[in-house]
Amino acid sequence: MTGKITLEVTRYHPERDKEPGLQTYEVPLRKEWVVLDALNYVKDKVDGSLSFRWSCRMGICGSCGMMVNGEPKLTCATFLADYAPGPIRVEPMKNFPILRDLIVEVSDFLVKLGKAKPWLIREEERPLTEGEFLQTPAQLDTFKQFSMCINCLLCYAACPVYGLDPLFSGPAAIALAQRYNADSRDQGAHKRLDILSHSDGIWACTLVGECTEVCPKNVDPAGAIQQYKLTATKEWVKSFLIPWGRK
Amino acid sequence: MSKRSNEPFLWMLFSTGGVVAAMLIPVHLFLFVLAFPLGLLDGPSYQGLLSLLRHPFARLYLFVLCSLPLFHWAHRFRYTLYDGLQIKHLNELINTFCYGGAILGTVLAAYLLWTTP
Amino acid sequence: MPGSAQYSPKTFRTRVSTYWWLDRWPYLRFILRELSSVFVAWFVVIALLQIKALKNGPAVYEEFQQWLRSPTLVVANVVTLLFVIFHAVTWFNLTPKAMPLRVGGKRVPSLFIVAPSYLVWLAISVTVAWIVLRG
Repeated sequence: MTGKITLEVTRYHPERDKEPGLQTYEVPLRKEWVVLDALNYVKDKVDGSLSFRWSCRMGICGSCGMMVNGEPKLTCATFLADYAPGPIRVEPMKNFPILRDLIVEVSDFLVKLGKAKPWLIREEERPLTEGEFLQTPAQLDTFKQFSMCINCLLCYAACPVYGLDPLFSGPAAIALAQRYNADSRDQGAHKRLDILSHSDGIWACTLVGECTEVCPKNVDPAGAIQQYKLTATKEWVKSFLIPWGRK
Repeated sequence: MSKRSNEPFLWMLFSTGGVVAAMLIPVHLFLFVLAFPLGLLDGPSYQGLLSLLRHPFARLYLFVLCSLPLFHWAHRFRYTLYDGLQIKHLNELINTFCYGGAILGTVLAAYLLWTTP
Repeated sequence: MPGSAQYSPKTFRTRVSTYWWLDRWPYLRFILRELSSVFVAWFVVIALLQIKALKNGPAVYEEFQQWLRSPTLVVANVVTLLFVIFHAVTWFNLTPKAMPLRVGGKRVPSLFIVAPSYLVWLAISVTVAWIVLRG
């Protein structure tokens, strides 16, 4: 495949620009090239000042998420040829503050992820002499899908509620909380309930469902959130029926 | 729990209301609001309808049919106003309008069905 | 500051447009789904008015039926019927999300959770119609 394709890329320099603007670049249209290849071509050969995040270039590190023609995509998995004849608009992920060019500020997500306590919480530690935890394939199956999350944040870019409500925890954080709640080795569900059942933690979710549509790892965060809502509701009902039993 | 949210309760109302609305409203709407008035189907006579209405089970059924879907609307419309019009800062007004409206409708339904002769 | 950690004041925050829901078809479809609840509420209003008319005697009831026959009402109520069916379909299709069923250690495909909802819907509708049309 020969020829060229035009990229329209967001440029924003915090010290110089009042607001972001688009800059056009022409890149070779190679059939095996992805958008990330095109961006690296620009940086190497055309404009070294272009800034963007990337790492593994094979869809596992979660660094290269951007908006491609308005859709959240991993740029290492998005082929130029699929957008021919172009132009292709490459913008930073939506719903995050823009630091520079295609790089966004993600600390809000990291704070919310921390609140979901994405690690195994034990009430009583097992002594080493008791050996390792055993888990059946069925037990693994209840949470395995949610453990595939690579924290790429495409779901946050797709979620309109996250863009509108600063208190919303967001799809990945809730999916990861559900991943640990569903894990048979975990005993910390009540600790996560405190944070996530707070009014805007999960209840702002209105099941738009776009998070699941854009997820490159088939995590299905929308499903995780619905399961979590059901769990939180059951806990709420139980707390009324057995008020003295609450931990 | 430092601050127990009451959202789960409202979500339960929304969910049950959604199921009632999905299962029952289409057939009721089609029959009583379109087919019978427009003569597409022969509905029951006035007397027939009145005796149907008087049955205690029918009253309970209609109460559920009129009340729960209103709570479904209340919850859903509240969030549509928050997100669609970005007026979440008016949440007290919105909540009063939505849930208050649902409560009002429920009270009206109860009154109408209770006082059927 | 609610929500986010400290950020450099020089980051650029794009304002979310009031018409964000027009930007992509999935967002518009979502808003239409949510607005179906308005039509659900409208049905309840009509139902309550109809019960009230029924209680007030055959003359008042016939007037009410006349009102339902007026063109504006017919158009409005056909639209209502479409939205109410849209609500039912989108509702049933989303039920598997909240309840991943497992039988014999394997995930039950969504179809087996969605299909029964439609069957129950059909059964209930037929039952209601039969009760009403018979007597």
